[in-house]
Amino acid sequence: MLINALNYIGRKTIDATHWLADEFLNLCSSIGEFLFFLATTLRVFFTTRLKFSKLIEQLMRVGVESSSIIFLTGFSTGLALALQTYIGFHRFGIEEFIGTVVALGMTRELGPVLTGLMVTGRCGSAMAAELGTMEITEQIDALKTLSINPFQYLIVPRILASTLILPFLAIFSMAFGILGGYMLCVYSLDISPDAYMSSIKEFVEFSDIKGGLIKSSFFGFILSSISSYNGYITTGGARGVGITTTRSVVLGSILILIANYFLSSILFQTGIS
Amino acid sequence: MIQIKQLTKVFDKQVVTDHLDLDIPEGKMTCIIGRSGEGKSVLLKQIIGLIKPTSGNIYIDGVDIVQLTEKEHDTIYEKCGYVFQFAALLDSLTIFENVGISLLENGRDRDEVRKIVIKKLEEVNLSKDILDKYPSELSGGMRKRVGLARTLIRNPKIVLYDEPTTGLDPITSRVVHELMAAMQEKLKITSIVISHDIEIFKYVDYIALLHEGKIRYFGPAATIWESTNPYIYQFIRGLPEGPIQTEKQQ
Repeated sequence: MLINALNYIGRKTIDATHWLADEFLNLCSSIGEFLFFLATTLRVFFTTRLKFSKLIEQLMRVGVESSSIIFLTGFSTGLALALQTYIGFHRFGIEEFIGTVVALGMTRELGPVLTGLMVTGRCGSAMAAELGTMEITEQIDALKTLSINPFQYLIVPRILASTLILPFLAIFSMAFGILGGYMLCVYSLDISPDAYMSSIKEFVEFSDIKGGLIKSSFFGFILSSISSYNGYITTGGARGVGITTTRSVVLGSILILIANYFLSSILFQTGIS
Repeated sequence: MIQIKQLTKVFDKQVVTDHLDLDIPEGKMTCIIGRSGEGKSVLLKQIIGLIKPTSGNIYIDGVDIVQLTEKEHDTIYEKCGYVFQFAALLDSLTIFENVGISLLENGRDRDEVRKIVIKKLEEVNLSKDILDKYPSELSGGMRKRVGLARTLIRNPKIVLYDEPTTGLDPITSRVVHELMAAMQEKLKITSIVISHDIEIFKYVDYIALLHEGKIRYFGPAATIWESTNPYIYQFIRGLPEGPIQTEKQQ
């Protein structure tokens, strides 16, 4: 009886160890493949001619077509942030600093992070699905047989466009957030426009905005490289495209949130922001 | 001339091509047949370099393409055209852009490319009215012909067809077969066709049968029905008994 139980525990322990080892190897393999994908993208970016028409197309898709949701999320976040701050500050009678909190919150954290997450949901998923469909329908193979480098034609424009355009979207998110806070404070909470604006001018510096813009550029790189990579390695038909799309959004969002902390820390420690 | 020597491809633990040897005659059309899932498309993709073999060599005009670097491989892509099973046209581009993509991406003038594209479309019996349409607006047969036009625009010496008539009705299949034969006759290219359609035997010069990773038969198409090779005898007649086991027997 005891020997049987020990046997069973031993077998289960070995199975669990094998499973863990397999998972670890798979993780290492995936990270290696992703790094190789990034290295190839960089090599192609530096050694081949940039496809400007494709870059413009992607700037339009990621930038212009995402602007409305960025305005909306920025504005509503500014409204909510101003209201929550008012509730807290009202207890201490320091409502005139709401503008500072809203502006700092939007420029340093919420603007860049929300922009990154919204663009991941909207454009990262589209990138992964589009590239995944191209992969399973052999369109990427077709490009290769026509001597067209798929990295030059498909991947570099997407990653470059996202890296370049995210800071501009983040600026809009910040501006609309501050505008949302202003409208709530002035038209609903009876705080004077001058108090709101002067608290921003007094305590918010350019370095706060600069840090947010640098972070959003990194977020653009993260979301587009994750989505492009996942799309590029898609297998398994329509189900595979679905899995790829979900994985891109989940992984992209998680990495943006993790990177946000480390970037904030680096920017703070280096004195940039 | 394409020479395949001891070609092996293993996916995980599954052997797809197993020390396969095959010589494809120059200027002729060779059809590779075999049961579904035997690895015919994998073989074709190895020949053009889209899939790297596990071991073995593929010589095209004396050059072992397996040893080529990524950049050197472009010379093979310039020499070889590939017609995909479902055409693999780029959804987001018009027919003009799809057919002319290789020229447009090389910086050729759009008006000049447009004239070449119209000519190529005429060669595959398509009118210029479809130039500004998108692939989704065309029938399956038209898409396949557009795919062929896209391949021919680069004037390849070798054309590989991956099941060119899959999913087409018999009449459209015949049109595609006749078109392939006409191109072969006119351009004197080396063609390799993968097909399940025995109607293609009328149009090709040689037939190779792939089974369990090896070429089990290679011979002229004209005498295939007289062949006593047990593999080809069973396959072309669709007999359940013979060296090729059905899924049930396996």
